Amino acid sequence: MELMDFFTDYTLRTITLGTAILGAICGMLGSFAVLRKQSLLGDAISHAALPGIAIAFLITGVKDANYILLGALVSGLIGTFWIKGIVKRTRLKSDTALGLILSLFFGFGMLLLTFIQKMPNANQAGLDKYLFGQAATLVEKDVWIMAVVTGVSLLVLLLFWKELKLLLFDEDYTKTLGFNTRFLDILITTFIVLAIVLGLQTVGVVLMSAMLLAPAAAARQWTNSLGVMIILASIFGALSGVFGTAISASQNNLSTGPVIVLVAATFVVISFVFSPGRGLLFREIRFRRNRRELHFKKTLTFMYHIAKNHENVSHPHAIRILNNFQGFTRKTLNKLEEDQFVQITGTDWAMTEKGYLEAESIFNQIGKDND
Amino acid sequence: MNTNLPAIQIDDLTVAYDYKPVLWDIDLVIPEGVLMAIVGPNGAGKSTLIKSILGIIKPIAGTVQVFGAPYKKQVDKVAYVPQKGSVDWDFPTTALDVVMMGTYGSLGWIKRPGQKEKKASLEALEKVGMLEFKSRQISQLSGGQQQRIFLARALVQNAAIYLMDEPFQGVDATTEKAIINILKELRQAGKTLIVVHHDLQTVPEYFDWVTFLNVKGIASGPVMDIFNDDNLTKTYGINYKVAVNQ
Repeated sequence: MELMDFFTDYTLRTITLGTAILGAICGMLGSFAVLRKQSLLGDAISHAALPGIAIAFLITGVKDANYILLGALVSGLIGTFWIKGIVKRTRLKSDTALGLILSLFFGFGMLLLTFIQKMPNANQAGLDKYLFGQAATLVEKDVWIMAVVTGVSLLVLLLFWKELKLLLFDEDYTKTLGFNTRFLDILITTFIVLAIVLGLQTVGVVLMSAMLLAPAAAARQWTNSLGVMIILASIFGALSGVFGTAISASQNNLSTGPVIVLVAATFVVISFVFSPGRGLLFREIRFRRNRRELHFKKTLTFMYHIAKNHENVSHPHAIRILNNFQGFTRKTLNKLEEDQFVQITGTDWAMTEKGYLEAESIFNQIGKDND
Repeated sequence: MNTNLPAIQIDDLTVAYDYKPVLWDIDLVIPEGVLMAIVGPNGAGKSTLIKSILGIIKPIAGTVQVFGAPYKKQVDKVAYVPQKGSVDWDFPTTALDVVMMGTYGSLGWIKRPGQKEKKASLEALEKVGMLEFKSRQISQLSGGQQQRIFLARALVQNAAIYLMDEPFQGVDATTEKAIINILKELRQAGKTLIVVHHDLQTVPEYFDWVTFLNVKGIASGPVMDIFNDDNLTKTYGINYKVAVNQ
């Protein structure tokens, strides 16, 4: 497929638009899941949707995306609130409850799928596409549904921004201010379930949670503001959809869902390495720079202690005596000479006037910092 | 408030996690305008008592009344300072933003904070000596600074009753002094303060009222009258001698 087709081909345009919107809503709502430490909830919800897909087909007997998504929604919601019920009413921890419901629902769903496959019904083929998703089946109507749900959840998010932010940061405190945290919890969880169900057709049950988490995890690296994080997550999600679709379309028959997820994962890797505030690369650079600077200052103040005992601060001393001192390196000495803080003649060093003043101010500064 | 009603009245309060009672049949009357410490060993139910007053934890039995009415009707009169460790300080927000959260209750649903709320929050930040850190990402604050932010958030609520869960935990001497000065100031202004406290040595210096708690209520009253070896021994189970009383 040529690049031009990407813009002119109607089907491809629909798919690209669909995956972009899906990525945006997943990034937006995924931020909430990540910040509430409910990252695994998305995984459990998407797996819990599978039996609903199968049951919807068994009841209606047709492979209509509407009925199937409705089935997925009901089953996903049942699974989610079942998990929450288990955590609230038993002594099981949430990771156990998540794992339990995830496997229970997924196992039951797989059982129903194999049962359906053995039925003499021509319609049955292709129900298993919900496992890994098939973006090619997206039609304009699906995109419209996605757009409407995204619009509504954006509206709800803006409306309850203050309350949701409070809930994310400090749930108990939210309660003491008189807000109904149960309502807020159901609100945000319902929209997360909706986003997941919308993505099942495109990305599939198995990989859906990555769509939710990857853009949010990547976005968190670049900002310390909740609003910016959610916007960034939506952009990362949308770009993952667009790039993922483009790559899979240009490489014949590459499955779209996994490619989108891989693109999103690339965003995560880049963010974790290269983000200026929290990234690994800049952290290492900062660490080294700080260490070098500390060596430099330590050596200079050590020299200061020796020099201040002499009437002439520029009295020469042997470099050898610096060797007993922790933190001294040849490199720092060269740097000191370069900055004209010391003069080196043969095996001796002598402090310059400039170096002495600098050392004195560093020494006094450190004393003040420790107060 | 200037009512005859006690700030908080607790009757027959029992709270349990599973089968284990954490609070057993507590009766407690906290008069208005006291600066009260709740003391007791680990697992005595101190935090649970505070959370039960605030309606965060549902009791098995008993009632809590705030100025003669259930908490739900009095949310605007009570401010809460949770334990510092109860939230994730890596949350993407600034110090000022956290303090502004204290205004959310009076704003109610949906309405956003405006200039008035921002001004009040800046004043609270100044009061706790944190104004210069207002734009700082909260994970970059020290433990003592985070505690001050929580205190400022409660100050903004401008409540009649303040419930604080270990506000001195993990703070240095300077911060402790700053916090206790603010608490004493609040009491001067007629507020009621209830503080979970661990350092028995400072009880007589900081507080005028004390409640001894160890699952059951042991004693409650003015520090002068009841802060003695007898009650300490009853609460902590070992023969306790307080150096400060001698």
